[in-house]
Amino acid sequence: MSSYRLDYLDHLESEAIHIFREVAGQFEKPALLFSGGKDSITLVHLALKAFRPGKFPFPLVHIDTGHNFPEALDFRDKLVTEIGEKLIVRKVEDTIRSKNLTEQKGKFASRNALQTYTLLDVIEEFGFDACIGGARRDEEKARAKERIFSVRDEFGQWNPKLQRPELWNTYNGKIHKGENVRAFPISNWTELDIWNYIKRKNIELPSIYFSHERKVLEHEGQLVAVSEFINLEPTDIVTSKKVRYRTVGDMTCTAAVESTASNIDDIITEIIATKTSERGETRIDDKVSEAAMEDRKKNGYF
Amino acid sequence: MDILRFITAGSVDDGKSTLIGRLLFDSKSILIDQLAAIEKQTRNRQDGEIDLALLTDGLRAEREQGITIDVAYKYFSTPKRKFIIADAPGHIQYTRNMVTGASNADLAIILVDARNGVVEQTRRHSIIASLLNIPHIVIAVNKMDLVGYSQDVYNNILIDYAEVAKSLGLKDVIYIPISAINGDNIVDTSTNFPWYEGESLLHILENIEVYNDINLDDPRFPVQYVIRPQREDLHDYRGYAGKIASGIYKTGDKVVILPSEITSTISAIEVSGQEVQEAFAPQSAILHLADDVDISRGDVIVNQNNLPQLSNELEVFICWMDHKPLQAGNKYFFQVNSRVVRCVVKEIKYKLDVNTLQKLDAPDKAGLNDIVNATIKTASPIPFDSYKKLRTNGGAILIDETSLLTAGACMIQDAITD
Repeated sequence: MSSYRLDYLDHLESEAIHIFREVAGQFEKPALLFSGGKDSITLVHLALKAFRPGKFPFPLVHIDTGHNFPEALDFRDKLVTEIGEKLIVRKVEDTIRSKNLTEQKGKFASRNALQTYTLLDVIEEFGFDACIGGARRDEEKARAKERIFSVRDEFGQWNPKLQRPELWNTYNGKIHKGENVRAFPISNWTELDIWNYIKRKNIELPSIYFSHERKVLEHEGQLVAVSEFINLEPTDIVTSKKVRYRTVGDMTCTAAVESTASNIDDIITEIIATKTSERGETRIDDKVSEAAMEDRKKNGYF
Repeated sequence: MDILRFITAGSVDDGKSTLIGRLLFDSKSILIDQLAAIEKQTRNRQDGEIDLALLTDGLRAEREQGITIDVAYKYFSTPKRKFIIADAPGHIQYTRNMVTGASNADLAIILVDARNGVVEQTRRHSIIASLLNIPHIVIAVNKMDLVGYSQDVYNNILIDYAEVAKSLGLKDVIYIPISAINGDNIVDTSTNFPWYEGESLLHILENIEVYNDINLDDPRFPVQYVIRPQREDLHDYRGYAGKIASGIYKTGDKVVILPSEITSTISAIEVSGQEVQEAFAPQSAILHLADDVDISRGDVIVNQNNLPQLSNELEVFICWMDHKPLQAGNKYFFQVNSRVVRCVVKEIKYKLDVNTLQKLDAPDKAGLNDIVNATIKTASPIPFDSYKKLRTNGGAILIDETSLLTAGACMIQDAITD
């Protein structure tokens, strides 16, 4: 084996670093959207590789739905302190109040759709011209069509039919005033790639990714954490189970999986054996219609 | 484990989506909920069997119309390799999508319907693969079940295609008979082809050597970003960040910065936060130079003993990608890696017939999906290599100055010398 060979994770890392630096080189006011999940934690790790010993040429931005797992918020604050970068938090709660938005009703009332309003507001407030996100093309079929640099109009809308061709490693980040770009450095990573990278680089994650005891409610085959954000009915049966999270979104729209995997190796073994996709198993919000993700993206969602 | 990026060329009629579906399905990359979603959609459409094409058609409009509009990226892996499939539509009105998908593919699978043999579309896909310089071509003769797994039919197609390959100068062409719908020769070799001595398609994809396609001979380092910590303890730190497009860089190398032609020496190299003695393509790296010189984004750092061409007049092939036609005399932004300059398209020399490779009379305009040979003058010199020699330093995009859309893809052929 020649020493001038890159294995697939080094390859993916190099590609992601290149995309980060293209954003830094092409835009005046970028931001990194940070959710506290494993993908955005990986993004932060890659940004360190891209810019250290310099500072990040962008702040981290967290759109706080108010429905977060407390473990994810604690982790976020600890990470930001450790790396010494700037964090901007904007609360969906405040947007709901100031814009008089109507919240979803029902048992698992989610603020997933409403966070788009807060995101567009924060883009306007700071004049961000590029937002870096941790979306992956393997997550969902609409995302499989997404560019690395995805141009959004002033309403944040994605127009899948008017996407710019993207050739070689050349990214066209030129935009008109009011438009912005969503940039996706880990587009070509799969869920398994992320976990293998986390393992190789020994990246720390919030505890909820590992097996723990939790009170859950079984709903249409999915396990939803019992929290103050869920409206329990008297007939609901709450049980205590050994679970972990494959994705970390809001407590209202992320489901847990039963698991005893308490370390990265066990998780990787489980993912290789799994027969259900990441979003299919754990996202309550994607099940609404075939084109649920496409529709949300058209409205400014990631 | 490494990565193979490949493109599949062909239309739904050739069984392209079935082939991709088959690769994903047989390599167990389709998961239960995705399959359930397809079954549900198939029921919605009330037309019988599970349609594996629904896996690749991601947009509502595509599913409704039963066509692929845009390039979709699909992923699967085996213990040997991670695969990235660029699934692009095959019809002539989608030439730009195939060009996009082909631009960073290591390999193209060109599907030939065994019943029809080498047709116009086969030639077009081969011409695009050759123009975009895809290193490896697999000619997959599909639907062999419909011709009784006939060796004669297969051999005749091979003879016909050998002519195409010869006329295009395609170097590495591999032939394989398959039936995507039955899974013959996809993951395992099939007993339906006792006369076929090669390996299965997946075996070919897993084992084809792509490492040799990375150029390690001609060091090219486009600077993306300058890292200056502006901290007391790192007062003198100045790192040039970029991704090595080709070649190897070592500390002590004598380098030239282009286009300024300033010389210096590499004093240190960092890769992934570690100081190293050497770095190679396609690593992202930070280079440090011994001298305090003026370098910014868009400059290219090369070795003094191995210079690219430097010119502001270029002969290029352009694949036009915009609805607004290309007109000689129009100005655009010209972007090669991180370098963006203004340019004017001086003259359209001829249009290429993408079905026959014939040179057609010079049109005054080029439309969407046209491929033309043209001359370009840039506002400042471009350090480049011919696209045939070095894909990573010979490809450029044209950006419309007012709409800011990516309007064309340029394959630089040569500098124009008077």
